[in-house]
Amino acid sequence: MKLTLKVWRQHSPKDKGRFEEYILQNASSDMTFLEMLDALNEQLISQDKDPVAFEHDCREGICGCCAMMINGRPHGPNAETTTCQLNMKAFKDNDTIVIEPWRARSFPVIKDLVVDRQAFEKIMEAGGFVHMDTGSAPEANTLAVPKGKADEAIEAASCIGCGACVAACKNASAMLFVAAKVSQYALLPQGKPEGGKRAWNMVAKMDELGFGSCTNTGACEVECPKGISLAHIARLNREFIKGGFITLVAEEE
Amino acid sequence: MSNFFVSSIGKKFVLSLTGLFLILFLVVHLSVNVLIVFDSTGKLFNQAAHFMDTNPLIGIIEPVLAIGLVLHLVLATIITAQNQLLRDVNYTGNKRYQKSNTRENSSWASRNMYVLGTVILVFLVIHMINFFWKIKVTGDPLLNEATGLEPGVKNAYALVTGLFVQWKWSVLIYVIGAIALGLHLYHGVWSAFQSLGWSNRKWRSILSIIGIIVSLIFAGGFAFIPVFVLIQDMVC
Repeated sequence: MKLTLKVWRQHSPKDKGRFEEYILQNASSDMTFLEMLDALNEQLISQDKDPVAFEHDCREGICGCCAMMINGRPHGPNAETTTCQLNMKAFKDNDTIVIEPWRARSFPVIKDLVVDRQAFEKIMEAGGFVHMDTGSAPEANTLAVPKGKADEAIEAASCIGCGACVAACKNASAMLFVAAKVSQYALLPQGKPEGGKRAWNMVAKMDELGFGSCTNTGACEVECPKGISLAHIARLNREFIKGGFITLVAEEE
Repeated sequence: MSNFFVSSIGKKFVLSLTGLFLILFLVVHLSVNVLIVFDSTGKLFNQAAHFMDTNPLIGIIEPVLAIGLVLHLVLATIITAQNQLLRDVNYTGNKRYQKSNTRENSSWASRNMYVLGTVILVFLVIHMINFFWKIKVTGDPLLNEATGLEPGVKNAYALVTGLFVQWKWSVLIYVIGAIALGLHLYHGVWSAFQSLGWSNRKWRSILSIIGIIVSLIFAGGFAFIPVFVLIQDMVC
């Protein structure tokens, strides 16, 4: 198949950047989207041009690296699919595909389609962890977890931290990401010791790093490649408000 | 705790509470207005308006309402301004993305709450100049028309119906105001509960339905009354 690709090119964080148009003659509908980009890069290299920089790692939908805006949708047109798992069957011969990096003040572009998502790591450092005792592993069955809570926690934990929620949000808010990370701990007994102020600390970091606030449009949920639910944002709000009262009344927390 | 109201969630906590509080005002307001439809002599409406004008409890609630409204406006302005700043639009002309999918992934009302709020505010100012200001401060000849009620009761019915009959285009302004209010509530009601943490998978659909019902009641109710007055005048 023949494709026209409009790709965002930007040499460095300080470069202003621009769209460049490429014609890819021999793309195949059996390729994944990233393989199609690999083909484009081989063509660019053979023409002595700078290949398009894009991030990728596992190529099986769990690392969250392959973050890019494809025709205005994070990770492309298919629901609950990462870019690496996006098949070129989603496109037709002679299609024009616009490929852009995430746009958010807290995700500065490093090069072309690669953005710096360290802000997510900083939010995790602020509260996305549990304390563990060292020594031998405890007997697993001593900690009973209701099935419903376990399922909900697993869904939250399936967040791969790709940043599609921030990219899709009109406010560049990271609430869905933070909500998933807070939920996966808040629902389980292992997360209780730090529970009081976890949401509080992670939201404070999120605000500090320049993510916008949530206006409940629900765009993040629609675009999330892992289908993380807005219900987690409600839980984050609960945990945060609870944390606010805990800091007010209980000094020992 | 002082940080609570500076944080993004804390600000929305107050925004949601004030929003839900303002709905209480709408309930009272629409209940009184409906009397215009049920009694074309205006007696019932005038009695209710007199009660609202003179009852000490309403006198106490009125400034609280004003504070709620101001808080709602100020917080909405701060939140919107911050969000506009953080989403970074300086890449592709004036747009954030060359292509976007906002139309498919979210409702128009949810993306334009501030625009809708501004329309409602403009309407509110016009509305208050029309009625509140005349009843409370400047007075109007229509208010003193004989009503057949005890002395001291103003003929608010004559003032309200007089406006829609004399300046027929004003009905359009009231209908637009009602539609903007309806769209604001369509997203606002469930969104407020979500921001307060009062939602989950199950409640989300229930709250959305409640939001639609609330928005239909208020948009329909407030739009119907001026239209009804106009039609009543044309028919009779």
